[in-house]
Amino acid sequence: MAKYLLLKHYRRSSGPDPLPGTDVPMDRWTEQEVADHLRFMDDVADRLRERGEFVDGQALAPEGTFVRHGGEGRPPVTDGPFAETKDLIAGWMVIDVDSEERAHEAAAELSAAPGAGGEPICEWLEVRPFLTRTPATDA
Amino acid sequence: MEDLLRQLGPRVLGVLVRRGADFASAEDAVQEALIEAVDRWSEGMPSDPQAWLVTVAWRRWLDHVRSETARHRRERADLAEPPPGPTEQADDTLRLLSLSCHPALSPASAVALTLRAVGGLTTRQIAEAYLVPETTMGQRISRAKRTVAEHGLAPQEARDLNRVLRVLYLVFNEGYQGEVDLAAEAVRLARELARQTGDPEAVGLLALMLLHHARRASRFEEDGSLVTLADQDRSLWDTRLVAEAVDLLQGALAADRLGEFQAQAAIAALHADAPSADETDWPQVVGWYDELLALTDSPVVALNRAVAVGEADGPQAGLRALADVPDGIPRREAAHAHLLERAGEPARAAALYARAAARASSTAERDHLTRQAARLRRR
Repeated sequence: MAKYLLLKHYRRSSGPDPLPGTDVPMDRWTEQEVADHLRFMDDVADRLRERGEFVDGQALAPEGTFVRHGGEGRPPVTDGPFAETKDLIAGWMVIDVDSEERAHEAAAELSAAPGAGGEPICEWLEVRPFLTRTPATDA
Repeated sequence: MEDLLRQLGPRVLGVLVRRGADFASAEDAVQEALIEAVDRWSEGMPSDPQAWLVTVAWRRWLDHVRSETARHRRERADLAEPPPGPTEQADDTLRLLSLSCHPALSPASAVALTLRAVGGLTTRQIAEAYLVPETTMGQRISRAKRTVAEHGLAPQEARDLNRVLRVLYLVFNEGYQGEVDLAAEAVRLARELARQTGDPEAVGLLALMLLHHARRASRFEEDGSLVTLADQDRSLWDTRLVAEAVDLLQGALAADRLGEFQAQAAIAALHADAPSADETDWPQVVGWYDELLALTDSPVVALNRAVAVGEADGPQAGLRALADVPDGIPRREAAHAHLLERAGEPARAAALYARAAARASSTAERDHLTRQAARLRRR
């Protein structure tokens, strides 16, 4: 059993290109199309719950702030927000599944969420395995 | 009381299943009886808690079956309670394990169901141990129960002990997180199974677990960083457990029905027997890896064998053995790096350690491999 992060991007500067015709920004969809999309995501999460595979899911606000250590005894230094950041994560889902194959299957299911025109957008989701804390057996 | 209930739950379940109750609804009935016990026993313990639980759970199960059958069919054969027989605890545990490790279940589901139905852990404890939400673990267990109920268990499947042994070893390797020590739990179940069946592989698995368990205190530094077998402080090894395991293993091997768990235990015993890494009887270790390879034909075994060959016959021999191990096997790069370092090629070894670190599946391993790369690059 292993945990995987399914990462959903608003925008990416690297990785595969989106399928032609599927990259209409969400704010150009109709209200109903947005509602259907969100409903689909919830339904997938419910199905994963029912299978005993759902761990966590979270949507993120599009804008954030960069923060770093400002030196001993000084306040944190902040920068941003940067509205036009090239890489933007929209949210994630964490699943606990039997195999990488099953993780891919779940990601593909999620990627079939409907977009403009009600067609599956087939967006690319990034699937990343979790590192466990300790190895099972001695090296 | 919690400990007592945890101990009694699986026994009561075993009795119900032996009396002919189906596994899934019997498990529900036992859970209901346990909840009722928590309520009622606080006012006063019954003289025979197990008998009390059996009576209550059996009644719950009958209620359940009667309401089901009332829905499906008007007529129903008699469901009179059979007279209480001798405990037959032994057969019950084996039967429950065979059901919980049903071949139609994925390993993760079998593990969860085994811990719940045979280990007597609560859903919350199992969820905590596997770092998933309690509702997720609850669903996993319910689904597993439904699958078992739908498929039933053929007699030849009930006799497939190896499937049960593999599930118990998975539980053991999960270690401990949260309040439950899964390794100790697996040892407890393996001990029961070994005692009941006397099967050489069950005894071999128990010996293997005890040998690993004996080294537990030495596997990590206090800060959680990994210590490899060669560097472990052997004075921390639990000699009492080692002695018990070696006794068990000798008994199992005498039956002359070698299997993979006995062979793995034999290798672990040779390590446990060596006062220092240098004094390990590597030629014998290689011999057991040959046996294990013949039994399993596993590339992971071939990899471990190559490392042992490197110790027995020198790094060049180890590298030649490694050439037969396919790429992509976990830890192959780390083993390759280790052999290259011993062969006097620190630069190539460092590069491989760094690559192995990037592909490690645990943080402890990743950190360990990163330190190896750093150590070689600084020289």
